[in-house]
Amino acid sequence: MSIAQDLNRLEEIVRKLESEDVELDAALALFEEGVARLRAARERLGTAEVKVQTVLEEASGDLRLTDLDG
Amino acid sequence: MTNPLQLSFDPADDAWSVTKLVTSVKRLIEAEFVPVWIRGEVVGCKVWSSGHWYFSLRDRITQVRCTMWSRYTYQAGKPPEDGTEVFVLARPGIYDSKGEFHLSVTRLIPTAAVGAAQKELERVKEALRKDGLFDEARKRPIPPFASTVAVVTSTAGAAMRDVITVVGKRWPCCRILVVNALVRALKLVTRVPEVELCIVGRGGGGRDDLNAFNSEAVCRALAAVKVPTISAVGHETDISLTDLVADLRAPTPSAAAEMAVSDRREVLRQIDDLGARLAGGLSSRTRLGAVRLARTGDRLQAAMDRAIRRERHRADRLGAQLDALSPLRILDRGYAVPVDPDGRVLKRLADFAPGAPFRLRIADGDVAARVEQS
Repeated sequence: MSIAQDLNRLEEIVRKLESEDVELDAALALFEEGVARLRAARERLGTAEVKVQTVLEEASGDLRLTDLDG
Repeated sequence: MTNPLQLSFDPADDAWSVTKLVTSVKRLIEAEFVPVWIRGEVVGCKVWSSGHWYFSLRDRITQVRCTMWSRYTYQAGKPPEDGTEVFVLARPGIYDSKGEFHLSVTRLIPTAAVGAAQKELERVKEALRKDGLFDEARKRPIPPFASTVAVVTSTAGAAMRDVITVVGKRWPCCRILVVNALVRALKLVTRVPEVELCIVGRGGGGRDDLNAFNSEAVCRALAAVKVPTISAVGHETDISLTDLVADLRAPTPSAAAEMAVSDRREVLRQIDDLGARLAGGLSSRTRLGAVRLARTGDRLQAAMDRAIRRERHRADRLGAQLDALSPLRILDRGYAVPVDPDGRVLKRLADFAPGAPFRLRIADGDVAARVEQS
C-alpha cells in the first residue's frame, strides 16, 4: 500500500463519515480503518533518510538493486 | 639638484616598476572579462609534449596569442590546422613573465563542426516531431508521492548529488535509483517495476557534453520510459531535445527534485487535517446515536453529552494523539456491549435465549445479566 493509496482511502473514509448516512457500526469500522491508515501514512513519512541505490544487470539478464554510499 | 629634463616630478621617486605595471593591467583585464566566445582563424598551432597547445587566433586586422592547457585540449580532438576557422571559449589575460596579452582557451570547436551539429540537431528534431514525441497529449502528470525515483545521468557527478540532497530533505521516505550512461540506464530503469518517476540529467557541471541530450537514441529511449519523466539538463540558454520529449522540463537538477516529490511537512499537515475530520466525522455519528438513546433516560443523555463534548475537545487537539481514539473508547460514552460467557458479541435477537446468562461490557468492567424474555 502506498502513501497515495493510504491518503486516497482516508479521504474516502472521511467523506463517508461526514456524509452522515452511515450506520454506527459501519462508522466505527470506518473510523478504525481510518486510524490504521493514518498511522501507516505517518510511519512511512517518518523514514529519516532517503535510500540511494543503483541498478546492475547480471550476466543472466536479471536486475539487481544495490546500495550506494551516501 | 637641477633637473636637466625640466620635469615636474622626480622619476626616481615616481616611476612604476615593470612588474607593477604588468600586474595592474593584468588585474584590470581579468576583473573585466568573463570567458567569452571568439570566432577566428587558427595559425601556427604548436603541440607540446605536455599536451598543451599554443597558437594564434587571427582575423583580417589583428591577431592574439592563445594557450590551451592539456586538461582542455584532450576534449578538443585533433590540433587545428592552419587556416581552420574556429570558435574558442577563452578568457583574456596577461603573461606575467613576458607582459604579453593572450587568451586562455578552454574550448575550441571548428565552425564547420558547429554547422554540421546544427544540421544533425534539426534532422533529429524533425524526426522526433514527426513521430509525435513532442506532443502535449503524451505528457503525463508527475505522481505526487513517488516511493521510488530513478535518476539517470550522463556521467557520475555533482549536479545529480543536488537531486539526492533535495529529495532527501523533502521526501526522505523515498528510494532513489541512480544509474549512469543514458541510453543503457533508461532501458534498465524501465525494467524496474517499483520505479514511479524518472529524472534524466547531466551528472556533472558545464564541461559535460550537452549533445548527448540532443541525440536521437537518448530521446527515443526517454520516450520509451513507462513512467513520467523530468528532463533536468540544466542549461539556461538552450533547450535540449530531452526537454521536449520529457513530461516535464526543469531548469536545474535541484528544481527537478522539487518538482519530483512532495514536501513531507505539507503532507503531514494534510494528514493532520484528515485526522481531525475523521474524529469529527465519528463524533457526529455518535451524536446521532445519542439522540436516539436519549429517549431511554436522562442519565444516559447526560453521559452522552459529556462524551460528545469530550470527543469534540479531543478532535480539536487530535494530531499525534489519534491512537487514543480507539473505537473501544465508545464504551466511555455509555454504550454497553453484550457478550456471551465465551466473550462473543451478541448482536441479534437470536443470540439471546430466554433465561440465558450473559455479561454487559461497559467502560470500567462488566456486569452479569440474564435474558428475561426475548
